[in-house]
Amino acid sequence: MDTKIAILLVIAAAIIIAPLVLYSGLTEEEGFFTGSDGQGPEYLEEQGYEPWIEPIWSPPSGEIEVLFFSLQAAIGSLIIGYFIGYYKGLARRREDEVDEEVSQTSK
Amino acid sequence: MHIYEGFLPWQWCVLWYVLAIPVVVYGIIKIKKVTDEHPESKPILAVAGAFMFVLSSLKLPSVTGSCSHPTGNGLGAVLFGPAVVSVLCVIVLLFQALLLGHGGLTTLGANTFSMGIIGPLAAWLIYKGWQKGGWSILVGIFFAAFFADLLTYVTTAVQLSLAFPIPTFEEAMVKFMGIYAVTQLPLAAAEGILTVVIFDYIMKLRPDVLDKLGVLELAKKVGKIEEPKEAV
Repeated sequence: MDTKIAILLVIAAAIIIAPLVLYSGLTEEEGFFTGSDGQGPEYLEEQGYEPWIEPIWSPPSGEIEVLFFSLQAAIGSLIIGYFIGYYKGLARRREDEVDEEVSQTSK
Repeated sequence: MHIYEGFLPWQWCVLWYVLAIPVVVYGIIKIKKVTDEHPESKPILAVAGAFMFVLSSLKLPSVTGSCSHPTGNGLGAVLFGPAVVSVLCVIVLLFQALLLGHGGLTTLGANTFSMGIIGPLAAWLIYKGWQKGGWSILVGIFFAAFFADLLTYVTTAVQLSLAFPIPTFEEAMVKFMGIYAVTQLPLAAAEGILTVVIFDYIMKLRPDVLDKLGVLELAKKVGKIEEPKEAV
């Protein structure tokens, strides 16, 4: 992996770790680390709005929700990893073939 | 950016569906055309969709103290154009609406409009303009992905402010931009970086496919990069 990529990944990780350090010790009970997706509806409910339709199905518990979120990430990662790996293998084979030709012609 | 089921009055649901459907239909036609003409682009299309799958499943902490998820919509937009991303986006949003109770079927049109249309459109325009300027491709990818992510959330804020102008549209905008867009700023930067990393991989491993998709065409015209070598 080249250094440029490694540095970029470290920066991305730092952006995500910073809030965890910054607000270390605080939890959702103090209003931290809650999802912005949920804050919108929460605010609307405070304004007296009531949703006019319920989801046809929603995860019965936090555990089940985590299951599906993990599944979503796993499916995505699998596809990305599979093709990047496949392409890397193809590139390697091309290099090997070129090397072979070079060594054969030099004999 | 997911507007939950029932949190948008039905008139607005209809409006966003009407605006989103033609783009998605055009996207389906475009996918068929691209994969027929260049079957070797199929894996890249799968990777673009998978990238959205992964990124939109990660709820990340932001310096504002809230959590939010990136969108992953910039990569596909740069590679295939915004219409194709709208189709990938519908798949991601359906998975989340049906299995996670995250988002919803009535709000699918509105959510597709933000994450599948406006965000990707921004990425596509920025990337095209950036190439014409003759600047670094990867920096262009960063900004394309950054604004795709950010504008997705800005669109959600606009959609909610239009539907709930409490007490006025402007004041609702301040409120919703605070919830959605401000939290998103550092996450959009992180998404920009991750998009650069994966785009760099694709560019190194399959420059021939990018060439066929015309992703680097403008950059070549202004002499920013050399003709990619033909893959054996």
